[in-house]
Amino acid sequence: MVERIEEIEAEAKAAIEAAGSVPELEDARVSYLGRKAELTGILRGIADLPPEQRGPVGSTGNKVRKALEAMIEAKTDGLKQIELEKSLAGDRIDVTLPGTPARAVGHIHPITRTRRLIEDVMVGLGYQVMEGPEIEHDYYNFTALNHPAGHPARMLQDTFYVEHEGHVEEVLLRTHTSPMQVRAMEATPPPLFMIVPGKTYRRDSDATHSPMFHQVEGLAVGEGITLADLKGTLLAMLREIFGPDREIRMRPHFFPFTEPSVEFDVSCFHCGGSGSLDDGSRCGLCKGIGWIELGGAGMVDPNVFGFVADSGYNPDSVTGFAFGFGIERIAMLRHGVGDLRLFFDNDVRMLGQFS
Amino acid sequence: MKVPYGWMADYCDPGLAPGDLAEKMAMTGTEVERVVLLGPPSADNFVIGKVLSVEKHPDADRLSVCRVETGSQDGGETERTIVCGAPNVAAGQTVVVALPGAVMPGGMKIKQAKLRGVESNGMICSEKELELGEGQDGIMVLEDGPAAGAPASDFLPVAEPVLELEVTPNRTDCFGIYGVAREAHAISGAPLAAAPWEGGPIGPGVISEEGDIEALLDQEGSERTADRVRIVVQDPELCSRFTARGYTDVKVGPSPLWLRTRLIAAGLRPISNVVDITNYVMWLTGQPMHAYDLDLVPKGELIVRKAENGEKVSALDGSEYVLNEAMVAVADRNGLAGIGGMMGGSVSEVSESTTTVLMEAANWNGPNILRTSRDLGLRSEASSRFEKQLHPDLTLRAQAVADRLMVEICGAVPMAGLVDVSVPAPDSVPIRLRAGRVERVLGMAIDIELQIEALETLGFGVEREGDDLLVSVPPDRHFDVVREIDLVEEVGRISDLDRNLPATLPAGPGRPGGLSRQQSLQRRAEDSLRESGFDEIVGWSFTDPEETGRLRLDEEDPRSRGVRLANPLSEEQSVMRTMLLGSVLGAARRNLSRGADRVALFESGRVYLPAGEFGPGPLGGDFPGKTRPPSNEPQHLSAVVVGPVDPATWRGGAGESDFFALKGVLEHLASGLGVELTVEPLADPSPQPFLHPGKSGTVKAGDRQIGWIGELHPLVATSYDLDAAAAFEIELAGLVDGSPVGEESYVDFTPFPPVDRDLAVVVAAAVPASGVIGAVEAAGSELLTAVTVFDVYSGDGVGEGEKSLALRLRFRAPDRTLSDEEIDPVWNGIIAGLSGIGGRLRG
Ligand SMILES: [Zn+2]
Repeated sequence: MVERIEEIEAEAKAAIEAAGSVPELEDARVSYLGRKAELTGILRGIADLPPEQRGPVGSTGNKVRKALEAMIEAKTDGLKQIELEKSLAGDRIDVTLPGTPARAVGHIHPITRTRRLIEDVMVGLGYQVMEGPEIEHDYYNFTALNHPAGHPARMLQDTFYVEHEGHVEEVLLRTHTSPMQVRAMEATPPPLFMIVPGKTYRRDSDATHSPMFHQVEGLAVGEGITLADLKGTLLAMLREIFGPDREIRMRPHFFPFTEPSVEFDVSCFHCGGSGSLDDGSRCGLCKGIGWIELGGAGMVDPNVFGFVADSGYNPDSVTGFAFGFGIERIAMLRHGVGDLRLFFDNDVRMLGQFS
Repeated sequence: MKVPYGWMADYCDPGLAPGDLAEKMAMTGTEVERVVLLGPPSADNFVIGKVLSVEKHPDADRLSVCRVETGSQDGGETERTIVCGAPNVAAGQTVVVALPGAVMPGGMKIKQAKLRGVESNGMICSEKELELGEGQDGIMVLEDGPAAGAPASDFLPVAEPVLELEVTPNRTDCFGIYGVAREAHAISGAPLAAAPWEGGPIGPGVISEEGDIEALLDQEGSERTADRVRIVVQDPELCSRFTARGYTDVKVGPSPLWLRTRLIAAGLRPISNVVDITNYVMWLTGQPMHAYDLDLVPKGELIVRKAENGEKVSALDGSEYVLNEAMVAVADRNGLAGIGGMMGGSVSEVSESTTTVLMEAANWNGPNILRTSRDLGLRSEASSRFEKQLHPDLTLRAQAVADRLMVEICGAVPMAGLVDVSVPAPDSVPIRLRAGRVERVLGMAIDIELQIEALETLGFGVEREGDDLLVSVPPDRHFDVVREIDLVEEVGRISDLDRNLPATLPAGPGRPGGLSRQQSLQRRAEDSLRESGFDEIVGWSFTDPEETGRLRLDEEDPRSRGVRLANPLSEEQSVMRTMLLGSVLGAARRNLSRGADRVALFESGRVYLPAGEFGPGPLGGDFPGKTRPPSNEPQHLSAVVVGPVDPATWRGGAGESDFFALKGVLEHLASGLGVELTVEPLADPSPQPFLHPGKSGTVKAGDRQIGWIGELHPLVATSYDLDAAAAFEIELAGLVDGSPVGEESYVDFTPFPPVDRDLAVVVAAAVPASGVIGAVEAAGSELLTAVTVFDVYSGDGVGEGEKSLALRLRFRAPDRTLSDEEIDPVWNGIIAGLSGIGGRLRG
């Protein structure tokens, strides 16, 4: 009987090995381990055997059954894996088709991006960012900035006035972000380090002037602040915006609310400040000058402090500097935008270029 | 201000190429817009010639063959033959010859040529050809004097460099050639000649050595100005000084060539010698003048007074101006004879028949002139100087210079003395420049000797007191330099500021910089829309008054009452916007008309609302400052989507841009700020008439209404040429105020599992989902932690006018696993609560 079991084992192993698919293997299992299988019958009939045979037949039979079961299981796993691979190989996609787009990302307007860049740079230098009103009283836009009524400097800025209960020219659209110098000083005693980005308005419209544009104002007031500090601050800012090799140039100028006043230029980043390109041609960006005009600045005029003396600004104990420049100009220079009006045209083909 | 280089060089020749001088001026405070060359591109090969003989051309009637002495250019011949077509050429004339090689204005190059068989070696020039004038026919004839062969540019502004200065309004001194010369002197260190009113040179044709201000006042004569002229100033606050001087025996005619060409170089038009003298003096001294034909001034009487409303004057420019009582006029006994400080009147205009002249040099009130100029729309060279406020003492300078010119050029006989009606000139008190003050402001030490030198070269008087300086200010700087700080600027700008000033950083504010929480959250909100696929636009703050009509806003709606501009550029930009919607819709229309197939746009910007009716500053809170701004300017966020939110792909169709698509975007934005938004149906009639009344809602953060969302009303969509669109607009402060970002406090989460139960409830179709959820939440006790709608159904099995909502309810306790026995009573309460709003379970 034991020999028969061993023969069955050999046959079964051959059959299992020969099985090439999960169904064939299942056939083999049914033939050799199923209810009607010979081995199953032998094991079921053990009780009918003579006592001396029961032990060897039982142990051999069970051992073979377990071995076959293990073999089938192992073979099943192998076959399943092969079949999976086979079916995967048949399940092909065209990987060259376009992917399902994620929700397309939009774009932040270049003016906003540039404004944020300037804000971040100035925050890094210790400044707060403040907002001021765009519809403003004449007092803040002109008078407290040392433009008395009838001052010719008022004519430098073509002003939009607002209809206002019969008072002509009392309320206006701010012509610069500078009114916030006075508001901020009224609200905060020195030391004060702040910038004001925002919209400004002048009654002027052509290729280089927009009736609405954006400026950034800066103001630093405290003890011992000098014109040299203004230079260092502007230089640090310009290097962050235009690159570490930039230089600054300050030209004396006139603004009613700063004294001394300067205009400031940055060395041209296109030609490195030489005014000419590698091929010897004239640099188009700076028009061969090597410098690009950016904005105005200066030391806060003592007369301006006089308007905020109540708030702790005594011109004999504090000094300060202020600066202002256009955001569009920075954006145009950084991104090579040739026409100011493109910023307010809001064509998505333009906006989409600024990621 | 046009400054012919040669004219300035009469007083100071800085010895710099004009471009280098321009650069130096720019670096010391006077911008030079450009340097242009007058006439030909180069002065080379233009020389003085003497016409020796003139003969008729043998073969041409209109041509002459001239022998001209031109000096020797190469050591050879000193004479040459030139064929000339001008009728006025004659032997003995001194002329300008363009030698072969000379380049004419416009680029024509003079060459040796045969004209009808006669060799011609150059060209005798006319004024027109050299762009030195218009009038005179034929060649330009100079007065005798210059030697043959000398460069013409030594005597005439041939290829003269002209600096076009952009003078800042404080620098009235640089509106005169002498002031510019002094600036050149301070910059270059080159010597400065005496001023023309102090015996210095006046012009190449003026030779008398006499003639400073003292001499003017001392002059004696048979006739005195005061005998012929009477001046009454009724408004001395508008005219602080009026000086007049009379002249007899005036011979009016064209000015000499040198004077005419100087005026042309300065951009002025020569008229007649008397008028040209007033302009020349103005250009030289900065003080405008006016000349009257004294015989046309009845009784020689001029009255300075305010005009009457509607009073008319015909001015020298040929126009008639209507004045008002704020304006100051010069009147004679019959009526107005001029607009004070602006322009003279034609009634007493100097003409060819004039023989007696009254020269006026007056001082006017700057702000008044500025306003008059603006109100009349008239700006003259005189008014552009007076409006910046000149010092009254400049009047005498002008009279002294004019006096010499009148005598030498017009052969005039001055009447003795001046009529000088004035109020006392403003005090001139020396200013103290304290030791160390320059360094303290500039952050750069400047040696005190150098400070003194800088101030003195600029014309200030300096007295040293220890280490302080006492500085007196000349009249032409009187209104500009009034304080110590102004002296600091003067010293600084002359001390090569740009090169010498160090670049340092201030000690700092003593606290870190940073964005406010509101500013950071604003960025976060904007970035959220960007991530949702929206492009940011920057729209105009001003809009068209028709916009509120396009948006179907009622006249009663406060948003129809935007702030109006008093002087808009156009009607389309005459009102400040009260909403962003019009701006984003306009941008959407523009992009679609240019071929975009879908647009998703947003704007983050302010709207402008009358003060008091709405909230305060842009991000909540007031603007800083003691005086409240005239308007409220809340920051809004508005988005519009037209066409699919997500484009169609090969795998499927486009996502719809309906209400829910945009609501999802808004919810995404809010959740990015940690805010839970709710949208509630609008009241009836709709407060947002630009929206589809059934597909729109009010956006709330907590209990606060912060805006609206909806699909556009079809009529509004049509008026913006849009098929259909969804939009929202919210007030950013409402979102930011409701945001817990940065202020969240941690709540321990529970390890015990939740129990989810679903229910389907049938309610009337009009009951909003938020009402159903509200009823569930109200009855749910603290065990109910979440309710979500996962299906909405109407149709078979649900009654007419009803809908079925499927809800998933999640129950959870922090400290135990919930049993059915605990949940059942709550569940029953919820069912009861639902029946309270007319709901029944769907079985
Ligand atoms: Zn360059």
